[in-house]
Amino acid sequence: MSGIRVKAKERNGVVDVKSLMKHPMETGLRKDKSGNKIPEHWIQDVTAESNGKVVFTAAFNTSISKDPYLAFGFAGKKGDTLKLSWKDSEGATESVETKIR
Amino acid sequence: MDRRSVLKVAGAVSAAATALVAMPRLAMAAYSDSAFKAKAAGDALSNLYGANATTPSDQVRLKAPDIAENGAVVPVEVETEMDAESIAILIEKNPSPLAISADLPAGTQAMVKTRCRMGETTNVTAVVKSGGKLYTATKEVKVTIGGCGG
Repeated sequence: MSGIRVKAKERNGVVDVKSLMKHPMETGLRKDKSGNKIPEHWIQDVTAESNGKVVFTAAFNTSISKDPYLAFGFAGKKGDTLKLSWKDSEGATESVETKIR
Repeated sequence: MDRRSVLKVAGAVSAAATALVAMPRLAMAAYSDSAFKAKAAGDALSNLYGANATTPSDQVRLKAPDIAENGAVVPVEVETEMDAESIAILIEKNPSPLAISADLPAGTQAMVKTRCRMGETTNVTAVVKSGGKLYTATKEVKVTIGGCGG
């Protein structure tokens, strides 16, 4: 359960960000083969920072699909850094940093 | 305004908001159980934004399929020309309707795209917070196979 894929591309002063976060996003409603409920486990908070400044934050519910896809945009330029991180319901975190192209 | 005074003003505003409002929701989106576990869309909005009075607006553009064959992965996009502070997506018939709330600092596009789960055919509502008011757009998505698990 590791891996965030992120693409950030600048066009006319706007950076387009597309990201895929690998995560099971268990709803807590699903059952395994023996009929036991699989406990909920999902990404709660997502934060994007560019050059150290927060440009986007989101909170997710379990109703966001498995391996969440998230796209957004902000004012920025080529060569800036973009850091995307998440924190899930078990307190685990992951982050990735990329250069804006 | 330079960064320092911006921060000062922001600090003063949020301190005032915290003092005045019993339910302090500050600028950054952070997961909150009260909003995301709420069983009704109205309650979710009250707990998220401190108000649930909404106005339908054609300036809120919600893109979602008419028919979703697989409720586990339904693409939903929200966009607006308004100066949005925050965008949320509500899926009315899900066990807890609020799917995502995104906060947009100045300079960030009023746009968010993601993929949601829908348990059954439901109304999807995009909520845009602009100038302290909530504007919405609603669309029905027909779901062939539910995606909430179970």
